[in-house]
Amino acid sequence: MIYPHFALELEELTVSFDGFKAVNGVTLYVSKDELRVIIGPNGAGKTTLLDLICGRTKPTDGKITFMDKTLTRLPEQEIVRAGVVRKFQTPSIYPKLTVFENLEISHPKGRTAFGAIFFRRTSDVVDRIHEVAKEIYLADLLETEAEKLSHGQKQWLEIGMLLMADPQLLLLDEPVAGMSVREREQTAELLRRICKGRSAVVIEHDMKFVRRIADKVTVMHQGKVLAEGPMDDIEKDPRVVEVYLGH
Amino acid sequence: MNTLYRSMLGGRSGLIGLAILAGLLLIVFPLLLEPFRLNMMGKYLSLAFVAIALVMCWGYGGIMSLGQGLFWGLGGYCMAAFLKLEAARNIASEAGTDQIKALSTVGLPDFMDWNQITELPWFWYPFKSFPLTLALMIVVPTVIAYIIGTAMFKRRVGGVYFAIITQALCWAMEILFVTRQGWTGGINGITDLRTLLGWDIRTPSAQSSIYFMTVVGILVCIVLGRWLLNSKFGRLLVAVRDMEDRVRFSGYDVANLKTTVFCIAAAMSAVGGAFFVLNVGFMSPKLVTIEPSIYMVIFCAVGGRMSLIGAVYGTLAVSYGRTFFSEEFPALWYFLMGSVFILVTMVFPDGLAGAATRGVPAAWRWLTRNFREPPPAPATAAVKEAQP
Repeated sequence: MIYPHFALELEELTVSFDGFKAVNGVTLYVSKDELRVIIGPNGAGKTTLLDLICGRTKPTDGKITFMDKTLTRLPEQEIVRAGVVRKFQTPSIYPKLTVFENLEISHPKGRTAFGAIFFRRTSDVVDRIHEVAKEIYLADLLETEAEKLSHGQKQWLEIGMLLMADPQLLLLDEPVAGMSVREREQTAELLRRICKGRSAVVIEHDMKFVRRIADKVTVMHQGKVLAEGPMDDIEKDPRVVEVYLGH
Repeated sequence: MNTLYRSMLGGRSGLIGLAILAGLLLIVFPLLLEPFRLNMMGKYLSLAFVAIALVMCWGYGGIMSLGQGLFWGLGGYCMAAFLKLEAARNIASEAGTDQIKALSTVGLPDFMDWNQITELPWFWYPFKSFPLTLALMIVVPTVIAYIIGTAMFKRRVGGVYFAIITQALCWAMEILFVTRQGWTGGINGITDLRTLLGWDIRTPSAQSSIYFMTVVGILVCIVLGRWLLNSKFGRLLVAVRDMEDRVRFSGYDVANLKTTVFCIAAAMSAVGGAFFVLNVGFMSPKLVTIEPSIYMVIFCAVGGRMSLIGAVYGTLAVSYGRTFFSEEFPALWYFLMGSVFILVTMVFPDGLAGAATRGVPAAWRWLTRNFREPPPAPATAAVKEAQP
C-alpha cells in the first residue's frame, strides 16, 4: 500500500511527566493544505501535543517528522526555521512595542544577534508588514502599542506574527478564545484564507467554529486519539459523544 | 547620514539631551568645581559606565545583574596591572645601585616582593604592553561574560536566580583577589600607581585631562548604546524581557541574544573600571564586591532604567549624595539610601529620566494652574464661554 505524502507525521508520540503520560502513543498525519482541528475535554493532552511538535516539551518516546525532516530533538528556534510556528493560548505579543514593530521582529531577516544589530528596514520588509497587517485586519493600527489593542486584535496580531515568517505549518492553540461572535467569523475567514498552501493544527472548543474551519477533526481523550475523521462523522461517534460532546 | 543621526543621536530630542549632558560635564563642571571635586566627578563617572551598561542589560534586556562590579573590577585590574608594572620599572631605574641591591627582585611590583614572589607570574606578562593591556581589558571581561551567559541562559536560568549567581560570582572574585596576595596585591589591591606611558597621572593637569577623557568615554558609550538600542536588536531585547517564549518561537536563539547583551554590558563596565583606575590611581578588591555592584543597580534605577542619559545623572546624584551624607551623617547613610531607593521605585519607576520627561511637564501644568493669578470674574466667564 502506498501512503499519501503527509506534511506532518507524528508516530507513537509519548511524553511522560513523572510517570503520568500526558500524551500516550499518539499517531497523527496531517497533509499539506489541511486544516486539522483537535478537540477533547480538558486535560486530554491537546496543548501538550502542540508543545511537543514545537519543541517546548521533549517527547519521552516517538517521532515527529515535518516535510521529511525529523524535528524530535531539535531546539525550538530550529523547528521554527523549519517552517513550524506556534500560537499560544493567551495572546503572546510584545506589549511595549507597536503593531509594526511586533510584526517586524517576527520577520525572518536578522535572526542572529549581529544580524539584528545590522538589520535594516528595507522596503521588502515594510511591504511584507503592510501585507500581513492588512490580512489580519490591523492595517490602520500599525503605530499603536500592542498592549492597547483589544483582546481579539491581540489574537490576530499573534497570528500575523506567525505569518511574517511564511510558515508551512501553523499550530494554533484556541485562536478564538475570548472573541466576540463577529470576531470569530472574521477569524474563521482569516484561517481559511491563510491555510491555503499550508498545513494547520488548531485546538478549539467552540464547535460552531470547528465546523466552519475543519477539514478533519481529531478527538483526544486521556492522552490518546479517540477518534478521527470529518466533523459529521465525529459528531455521531458514540464514544465522542460520551466523553466530550455529550456534556 | 540621516539614519545615523536618528539611530545614534536619537533625533532632535535625543540630541538635546545629549548636548545638555555634554555641556554640563565638559563645560559647567570644569568651570564650577575645584580640582578635588572635579576628580571626584571623574571617579563617579567611571561608575556611570556600569549604569549605562545596566540600562541595556537590565532595563531593556531584563537581565538583572547584581554582580556587574566583577566586570568593572576586571577592567580596572587590567589597567592597574599595566600601571603597576610601569611604576615598578621606574622605581628600579630611579633607585641608586645600593637600593637596587637591597631589592631582591628588580622591576617586580612591590606587593609581589612582600609575598616572596621572585618571578613575574605568566599572566602578568601581557600587561607589559599597553596595546595588549587595552585589548585584554575588553577581552577578559567579555569572555567571562560569555562563559557565564552561555552557561546560564542556555539552561534557561533567569530572573532572581541569575541575579543571585552573578552576586555569588562577584563575591568569589573578591575572595580570589584577596587571597592570592602575591598575584593581585590582596586586600590592599594595587596601589601607588603613578605614570601612564611616562605621563604623570597624579598632577592636577593630568587629573583634569583624565576627567575629560572619562567624559568622552561616557558620551561614546551613550551614542553606541543608542545605536544598539535603536536597532532591531534593541527592540528584540524588549521583546525578550516581556515575552521570552514568543521570541524563541519566532525563530530566535534567545540565549544567544541575552549572552550578546550581557557581553556588551561587561565590556562597557570594564572600560569604566579602567577609567576609575586612571582617575584615582589605585584598585582594590573592596571596590568590586557585592556592595558596589548593588550600588550600580541603584544608580541605574534612580536614573531610570530605560534611559542611557538618565543612568549618568542617577550615578552622579546617588554618588554625590553618598559622599555628602556619609561625610555629614555617616550612621544615617544606609537608611537614607534604602529609603531613596524605595521611594524612587514606588513613585518614579522610570527614575529621574521618567520624572524629567513626564514629571516636569506635569508639575509645570500643576503649578501654572494653581498659582496663576486669579483673573477677574467676568473674564473667567468669557473664557468658559469661548471654550466649548
